[in-house]
Amino acid sequence: METIDESEVSEINDAGVTDPVKVGHTAMVDRDNRTTIGEILVDNPRMSCRDVNVYYGDNHAIHDVSLDIGRNEVIAMIGPSGCGKSTFLRCLNRMNDTIDICKVTGTITLDDEDINSKKIDVVPLRAQVSMVFQKPNPFPKSIYENVAFGPRIHGLANNKTELDEIVVTSLKKAGLWDEVKDRMDQPGTGLSGGQQQRLCIARTIAVGPEVILMDEPCSALDPIATAKIEDLIDELRQQYTICIVTHSMQQAARVSQRTAYFHLGDLIEVGDTNTIFTNPRHKLTEDYITGRFG
Amino acid sequence: MQLSILVIVLLALSSMAFYMGKKRAFQVAQGKIRNLHSLPAYYGLYTAIWCGIPALIIFGVWIAFEPALITHLVDLRAAADHYLDLVSTSHAALTIVVLSLAIGAGAFTLTRIRAQQRARNTVESILTAILIFCSSVAILTTLGIVLSVLFESIRFFQEIPISSFLFGLEWSPQTAIREDQVGSSGAFGAVPLFAGTMLISFIAMLVAVPIGLLSAIYLSEYSGPKFRAIAKPLLEILAGIPTVVYGFFAALIVAPAIRDAGGFIGLDVASESALAAGLVMGIMIIPFVSSLSDDVINAVPQSMRDGAYGLGATQAETIRKVIFPAALPGIVGGVLLAVSRAIGETMIVVMAAGLSANLTANPLEAVTTVTVQIVTLLTGDQEFDSAKTLAAFALGLMLFVTTLVLNVIALHVVRKYREQYE
Repeated sequence: METIDESEVSEINDAGVTDPVKVGHTAMVDRDNRTTIGEILVDNPRMSCRDVNVYYGDNHAIHDVSLDIGRNEVIAMIGPSGCGKSTFLRCLNRMNDTIDICKVTGTITLDDEDINSKKIDVVPLRAQVSMVFQKPNPFPKSIYENVAFGPRIHGLANNKTELDEIVVTSLKKAGLWDEVKDRMDQPGTGLSGGQQQRLCIARTIAVGPEVILMDEPCSALDPIATAKIEDLIDELRQQYTICIVTHSMQQAARVSQRTAYFHLGDLIEVGDTNTIFTNPRHKLTEDYITGRFG
Repeated sequence: MQLSILVIVLLALSSMAFYMGKKRAFQVAQGKIRNLHSLPAYYGLYTAIWCGIPALIIFGVWIAFEPALITHLVDLRAAADHYLDLVSTSHAALTIVVLSLAIGAGAFTLTRIRAQQRARNTVESILTAILIFCSSVAILTTLGIVLSVLFESIRFFQEIPISSFLFGLEWSPQTAIREDQVGSSGAFGAVPLFAGTMLISFIAMLVAVPIGLLSAIYLSEYSGPKFRAIAKPLLEILAGIPTVVYGFFAALIVAPAIRDAGGFIGLDVASESALAAGLVMGIMIIPFVSSLSDDVINAVPQSMRDGAYGLGATQAETIRKVIFPAALPGIVGGVLLAVSRAIGETMIVVMAAGLSANLTANPLEAVTTVTVQIVTLLTGDQEFDSAKTLAAFALGLMLFVTTLVLNVIALHVVRKYREQYE
């Protein structure tokens, strides 16, 4: 990602005082102009978020984000570091519950059920909306046990045969089966980085989710492993809804159907991925995807 | 001149040498630091080291060998006056030698300072040598203790066969001092002592491991930061209570309470039971287990927890199926360290465990431990060549070997565990 050019930094710092004309050109935008541009709504959404705000203590991390996530689509969330895209992703399966000082307001629904309502148990929710993390984090157990972990805790298999079947199917879906079928009892931590990440995806698939959240799943991987994961994401779209946070705009362009651009806690623009990358409507989006800042 | 004053003068000379060396370096560089190979302070240190260290070494060696040398010179029957006379002469000579060496070496070094001299490299290699010296002092001391215990034990095993020490079932170390004493031939079978030690340690671990482990899990995973900030130091205070306090707590409160409770339900409990000593020792060891386990559990990466939560695992499932297995080797290491602590513990068992060497597995009877017997063997007036006294060294050696083996196993387990996530 391109870093901010020194001259631009000074422009930003001096903008308000010396040269107001340049303000529009740089990242400085009036808070009131931050209404989301684009198509936040889709027909028959799997998840939909309305006026979501997130606070870390006194820090207001996400402002009034409304966004629908469609069925069998890959939606990419892009934006500069610290823009709130990962925080937003973590709202979708209440992973922010594990952070004490974090507070989420607004409504988020999964198949028309409010996931923040008191009636919802977070455990089945996270089985429906599962998460893959930035750094591959296989448990220090065997490959088999890693994939069998989810089905075991959710009681998805009645006997060993069923469990074996779930494990094999998940590994096949994650494109890892051929590489590990001869060493299922070896530790998952012994695989290469790309294999570990696919193992984590297999582990996620094994709990039978509807939505898979991926938080920069390829940022710790080399280009070949990345290409494999991207192919995998494309295949998984047939069955699952996938939300992916990424720092690579090429990746967003390659794997997603819709793209959401976040900036400093605001959702700036949402739309068809092709449109966003060829014809962005908001100045900030254009600046970001053309690499003027980031 | 008092020798302490000499040392102070020497230090003053060294610091003077530091400033002069630094100043001299500036002169040599004609006021421009960049002309020098090293920063000026290194030239100062370089001068100070040459001024101070050779003189200090001479001083140390002189003091170490002076008494032997003078005693050698003095006729054994000669007057004390003569001895004192020699001592003062020696001190005067020492002062002159040391001071002239310090001044001479310092001044010589001062004149030798050149701009391209590698003062920094020299100073740093001398500092490395000092570091090596300090760490080898600790190692050599350990080695010395081990060797002295080892040699005394060998002397013991010359009198008592090692097999009868290791496998003998009777312990009664009283030996006849005079010819006419009866019934004190001495029996040095250490099995009852080791059995007693193991019994008490086992009871202690039975108390410490569950309580320590579960409190560690609570503190690291469930409790809020405020509670943790208060509870953890409080728990660690347990480790700060002197063991002698635990000892009389065990002997005066716990042991009678257990005896009374036993009597109430019709059990015959000795007033110095293994149970009392073990329970109190277990309480003492809780902070070792909990603190080490807490560290190990906290060392399990957050990504493991996130991974489990992200799949919909509850907190209890995450702990039971992910965190605990990941931390288990480290916890085992911590427990083994606690066991070696329990085996070596002395004060509690001296006060609460009793002296009679019973070979029993009944925790309600009195047993004795290795450490208690070492204390008993060496208290009071002793002759240092009898089997009875030497037995203490043999017991000490056994204790040392046991704890060493446990520590090595613990360290090995902990190290193996560290490699697991990466």
